[in-house]
Amino acid sequence: MSDTLYPVSVEVNGETRSGHVPARTSLVDWLREHLNLTGTHIGCEHGVCGACTVMLDGEPIRSCLIYAVQADGHRVVTVEGLAHADGRLSILQDSFCETHALQCGYCTPGMLIAAQAFLDKALLERNPRPTETQIREAISGNLCRCTGYQQIVDAIALAARRLAAGAE
Amino acid sequence: MKSPSFDYARARSTEEVCELLAQHGDDAKILAGGQSLVPMMAFRLLRPHWLIDINEIPALKSVSFELDAVRIGAGTRQSTILGDDAVAARVPLLRQALAYVGHAQTRNRGTIGGSLVQADPSAELSLVARVLDARLVLRTKSGTRTEPAATFLCGPMTTSLRPDEILEDIHWPIWRERRTGSAFTEISRRHGDFAIVAAAAQVALDDEGCCARASFGVGGASPVPVAFPALARSLIGNRPDQAMLRDIAHEAAAALEPDSDTHASAAYRRHLAGVLLRRVLQEAIKAAGTVQ
Amino acid sequence: MGETPKGFRYIGAKRRTKEDPRFVTGRGRYAADVALHGLHHVALVASPHASARIVSIRTDVARAMPGVRAVVTGEEFCAATDSLAIGVDAPSVTRWSLARDHVRYAGEWVVAVVAETRALAEDAAELVEVEYEALPHVMEPECAMMEASPLVHPAHGSNVLLHRNFVWGPVAEEFAKAEHHLAFRATWSRSATVPIETFAVVAQWHPGTEILDIWASIQMPKYPDQTAKALRLPGNAVRVHYDVDVGGSYGVKRGLKHTVLVGYLARRLGVPVRLVEDRLENMRGGDMHGPDRSFDMNVAFDHDGTIRALKIRAVDNVGAYAGRAPFQLGKPISAICGPYRIGAVAYEPVSVMTNKTPQEAVRGFGQAPTNFALERTMDRVARYLQMDQIALRQKNLIRKDEFPYTIPSGSTYDSGDYHTVLDKALNAIDYPALVRRRDAARERGLLAGIGISTCLEPSGGNASFEPLFNPKIDTTTWMDSCLVRVDLSGSITGIMGTSSSGQGHETLVATVVGEILQRDPAAIRVIHADSLSALPSNSPVGSRMAIMLGGAAAGAARIIRDTLISIAAHQFECASEDIDYRDGNTSLKGVPEKVLTWDQLVEIAHRKIHRMPAGIEPGLQAKFVWDVPTGGDLPTADNRVQVYPCYAFEAHVVYVEIDPETAAPQIKRYVCGHDCGVMINPDIVHGMTYGGIAHGIGAALYEKFTYDEAGQLTSGTFMDYLIPSALEVPPIEIVDHCTPSPLTTFGQKGSGEAGYLGAPAAVANAINDALAPLGVEVNELPMSHLAIWETLCKADAGKAGIGKEEKR
Repeated sequence: MSDTLYPVSVEVNGETRSGHVPARTSLVDWLREHLNLTGTHIGCEHGVCGACTVMLDGEPIRSCLIYAVQADGHRVVTVEGLAHADGRLSILQDSFCETHALQCGYCTPGMLIAAQAFLDKALLERNPRPTETQIREAISGNLCRCTGYQQIVDAIALAARRLAAGAE
Repeated sequence: MKSPSFDYARARSTEEVCELLAQHGDDAKILAGGQSLVPMMAFRLLRPHWLIDINEIPALKSVSFELDAVRIGAGTRQSTILGDDAVAARVPLLRQALAYVGHAQTRNRGTIGGSLVQADPSAELSLVARVLDARLVLRTKSGTRTEPAATFLCGPMTTSLRPDEILEDIHWPIWRERRTGSAFTEISRRHGDFAIVAAAAQVALDDEGCCARASFGVGGASPVPVAFPALARSLIGNRPDQAMLRDIAHEAAAALEPDSDTHASAAYRRHLAGVLLRRVLQEAIKAAGTVQ
Repeated sequence: MGETPKGFRYIGAKRRTKEDPRFVTGRGRYAADVALHGLHHVALVASPHASARIVSIRTDVARAMPGVRAVVTGEEFCAATDSLAIGVDAPSVTRWSLARDHVRYAGEWVVAVVAETRALAEDAAELVEVEYEALPHVMEPECAMMEASPLVHPAHGSNVLLHRNFVWGPVAEEFAKAEHHLAFRATWSRSATVPIETFAVVAQWHPGTEILDIWASIQMPKYPDQTAKALRLPGNAVRVHYDVDVGGSYGVKRGLKHTVLVGYLARRLGVPVRLVEDRLENMRGGDMHGPDRSFDMNVAFDHDGTIRALKIRAVDNVGAYAGRAPFQLGKPISAICGPYRIGAVAYEPVSVMTNKTPQEAVRGFGQAPTNFALERTMDRVARYLQMDQIALRQKNLIRKDEFPYTIPSGSTYDSGDYHTVLDKALNAIDYPALVRRRDAARERGLLAGIGISTCLEPSGGNASFEPLFNPKIDTTTWMDSCLVRVDLSGSITGIMGTSSSGQGHETLVATVVGEILQRDPAAIRVIHADSLSALPSNSPVGSRMAIMLGGAAAGAARIIRDTLISIAAHQFECASEDIDYRDGNTSLKGVPEKVLTWDQLVEIAHRKIHRMPAGIEPGLQAKFVWDVPTGGDLPTADNRVQVYPCYAFEAHVVYVEIDPETAAPQIKRYVCGHDCGVMINPDIVHGMTYGGIAHGIGAALYEKFTYDEAGQLTSGTFMDYLIPSALEVPPIEIVDHCTPSPLTTFGQKGSGEAGYLGAPAAVANAINDALAPLGVEVNELPMSHLAIWETLCKADAGKAGIGKEEKR
C-alpha cells in the first residue's frame, strides 16, 4: 500500500492552490476536503449524476473521475468561481434565481458548470438562441431530482437571451 | 467508495509509458480518460499498484489524415473527434456513433483508445472499429505491432493487449468510393447510457446505384461487437430492396447469442439487432444514394 | 395564469426565493460540508448474504491498521443502545444500526469502522473478517406468506407484519346490485426518491455540557427524540442543528439508524464522527427504498359508468425491518376512493417482510401507488364499457357543489372543482387536436396513446391513520409552530424548528409574515433553530408546510401586528379598532397626522415599558403553535377517521408514442392541471410539481430496485437504477386553478407531493392506450422497454407489425 504523497498545484478559480495528496484522492475530494471548496458536491462517485461537475481547462468534466494529482498544472473552475469578482451573480446564476431553477440546491453547482460551458460554447459558435433540445442535451449528464428540469431549461434559455442581448 | 491506494506516474512520452509497463507489468494500469477505470477503482474492482497517466502525452492526441485512413492517437478525447469536421467528412461513422457516447462531461475526458481498450460489449466505438475494420497500433518497449479490431476485441472487457503494451493509435479506414453512406443507431434505456443494442452500417454504391461495398455490425448482443462480412458480400452487385435488407438483418440477428440482464432479455436483444440492422442498412444506402 | 384570489400583497406573486442565491454561489451548507476539528469517518462492512447467521467476526487486523480508531460490531453496539422505534405493534421485530447474530438482507450493516479518513476506513473495512452461515431467504410476499417460508424475524412468528380488513359502507350490497364487476392486478415495483445527496450525518459529543450535537441531512418528525431514546440519553442531551441544507429527500431522509450509530461512536470515542453514505451503501443498506406493492382491484359498476363500490387488497413488500414504512399502507385511507363519488370501499392492507432492503417514506407516503391502481381501474372500466375515459371520470368526479364531501373511510374533502381543472388541462393540450394527432400517428404505424389521470394529494400531514394500524398509538396532534421576533433595529426574523430539503420554507415564512405585517419579505430573515431551542415541529412531511408552517407563521405575525396596534392605541388613547395599520406604520383613523411609525412602535416595545399598555410583555416577539385543522380525533369504532385536512387535485394529460419495432416509448406532450388552493409562491409550487412529474415518469418507465435469485440488489448503482435525465423528461406545461381551502389561513393547500401522485398513473394509462389497438395491456410498473416489448409479443404478430425479425 502506498503512502506516497504527490505534489499538486492547480489554478483554482484564478488562484494557485498547492498541496500534497495521496494519488488516490479524487479531484472532488481534494477541492472539498483540502481546499474547503464545498460548493462542488458528490452524488454517486461513479461518474453518472454530474453533481461534481467542474471545468478543467474550460471544459466541464466529472471531478469524481479524475484524481487530484492529474489536475496538477491545470486550470479548474468550480461554482465558487462563477460569480463576478465583486460578488455580483453571473448572468446564468441570476437567471437560475429568476426562474427558480433549483430546490434543494444539491445538483445546482454541477448544473451551473455544465450550463455555463454550454453557453460559452454556444456564444463561441455564434449560436445565441440554442434550442430547447440543445439545452436539454447539454445538461443531460446532470441528474436533478427536484425540478423535473423545466425551470433549469427555462433559466439557461433566459441566460442565453440575456447574453445575446449583451453581446449585440 | 474511495479507490484503494496506488502509486502514480505521469508519463511524458509513449517511450516512458513502455518503460514503466516493462518495469511494472501486471502491477500497472494505464490511466487515460478514466471514465471506466476510475469508477472500477472506486468500486474496488481493480487494484493496480501503479497508474500510469498518459493524459499529458501530446503525441497520443494527434489526428492525421492519410489517403486511406484517419490516424487518431489513442489519447484523443471523444469530444475532440465528435467536433472534428475533417474526421467526420472522412469517417462519418465516428461522429454518428460518438453522439450516443455518454455526455459532454464524459466525452471531454473519455478517450478514443480508452473506450476500445475497455472493450465493453455495448461500446459504440468498439462497434465502429469492428465494422470499419480499424487497425490498432500497439507499442511495447521493443517495437510496435498492428492488430485488427476483430482480433483485438476478444471478449467482454477483454482485449489482446499484453501487459507491457500500450494502444498508441488507431487507423480508421477511409472508404474512397464517392457514393458512400453510413448510419449508426442504438436503443438504450436512457440517452447516453450504454446501448442495449447498437447497430452500424457503411455502404458504397456504384454509379448504377448497386451496392459496391458494405459492412455492418451489431454491438451489445454478443460478447464483442460483431460484423457480418459474408452477409455484407451478398449485398454486392445488388440494388437491395426492403425485403432483402429485412432478410439479411434477420439472418444476422439469428446468428447472435445475446445475454439477458435486468434491462433486456436475450430474445429482446436479438429482436432489436434485427430491427436496428435493417434500419442502419436502409439509412446508409439512402445516405450513399444522396451523394452527388 | 392562475386565478389567485385578489387582496394579497405578496402571496401568489412572482417573487424570487430567499434560498436560491446561496445555492447558485455554492454556499449551501450540507451535512457533508460541516468541518470539525479532529473529524473521523465511518465506513461500513455490509452483509453479502440476503439471510445468514453471523458465526464470527474478526476485527483485530482492521483495528491494527494505522489511522483506524475503532471497529465496532453489532454485539457491542446493540448492548449499548436500544432498538429503533417501530410504528406497528410488533415488539419482536427489533432493529439496530448494526446486525447482531443474523443478517436479514444483502447490504445490511454488520460492522462499523472509524478512521481518520474515509479512504482508510474503507481499507480497514476490507480487512474485517466475518464468517457467515448462509440461511434460506425469501424475496416475494407470495412466498413469504406461505406456511413453509423462511422467517425474516423468527421471533415474530410470521412474515406478516400487519394485516387489516376494513369495510366502509355497503360493499357487499353494492357488488350484488352492480351490473358489472371487473378484477385485475396492478403492480407498483420497488423504487424510491433517491436524492442526489446520500444520507449524511455528523455528531460531536461534548463531555462538558453532556450534549450530543448533530448535523444531518434529515427530514423526519420526532428525530431528536427517537435518537435520544435509542442512545439512552435524555431528550435534552441531543441537539439537532436544523440549519443544515438537505440535498433532496422527498420523504426518505430518515437516517435514524445512521444517526444513532454515529452518535454512539462520537460519544464512545470522544471525537467528532461523520458518516456520509456512498452511493452503494445508500442504495443497498441506506434503508430508503419505497413501496413495493401489488393491488388486487375489484370494482362494481353499472352500464352508464357509475362506480358503485371498490374492493382493494394491497400487499406490500416492506423488506427486512419495519420502521414506520408499513404505515404507507395507511395514508391512502385518507383518499381511498380518489376524487370519485364511490360510496362503499373495502380495503385489505397487508404488510409483509422479506429479505429485501427496508423501506422508508416516499413522496406521497403510499398515495402514488394507490392512485396508480385507482386510475388503472378507471381506464379498465372505461374500456370495458367502451366509454370515453374522460366521460367516465367526469361522471364519477365529485362535483364542485358537493363539498365538503365525506368519503366512506371518514375523511372529509375540504374543497375542489375537479371538473374545471380537468377541462383546463384538456383545453391547454387542445384535446381534440391531440386525439387527431394520436390517430394520425397510428395511421403511420406507430403505437400512440393518450393517458389521463385525475388524482388527489391529501395534504396537511395529520397521521391519524396510525391508530387504525396500531391501537397502542393514540397520537392526535401533528402541530407545527413559528416564532416571529422584531429586534430593536426593527428587523424581522422568523424562526422555524425543522430543516428544509428544497421546499423553500424560508421564502414561505418570509412571504406570509410580510403579508400580515405588510413588510417587504426580502428584508425578513428566516432561520432554522436547533432542536433544543426550537418550538415543536413535525417536519416537512405529508405536504404540510404551506398549511402548517405557513399557518403558524401567520398566527405569530398577527400577534405582532395586534401588539403594535395595541401600543399605538395606547399612545393615542383610543380603541384598537380606531387604529389604521399600513406598511407597519399606524395612524389614528380619520386623523392622518397622528402617526406612529414602525420604528417608533418597535422602540416603545423594546425600551419604554412606561408607554406600553398593561398586560403586554416587553420586547416584540410572538410564538404560534398550530394544530392541524380538522385534527385531534381518534378513529371511530367502525374505523372511520379524518386524516389530512386539505385535498389538492391534479389532472394529467399525457401523449406517448411507442416505436412498434423497438418498443421504445417517448413522451411527446405533458400537461398537468393543478389546484392546490392559494399558492404562496407560484414558482416554488410549479417547481415541486414539475419535479414530482419527473419523479413519476421515473417510477412509470425507468426506476426499479431489482434483485437476483440470490437476493442481491442488482440495481445498486446509477448505471442500473435509472433516474430520468433532461432528455427523458419532456417539456411540461402546468395549468393552475385555485379553489381555496376553507380550513387554512390563506386558502392554501399542500403541494409538496404534487405531480408524483398522478404522473405514474397517467403515463401508465397512456402506454396502455397505445397498446389498446393490439388488444394487450400492461399493469406493472416500471413499463420498461423490455416490459413493453414482451407485452407487444403477446399481441397478434401480424397485426402488430412486430416479431418479424424475431419470432418467439
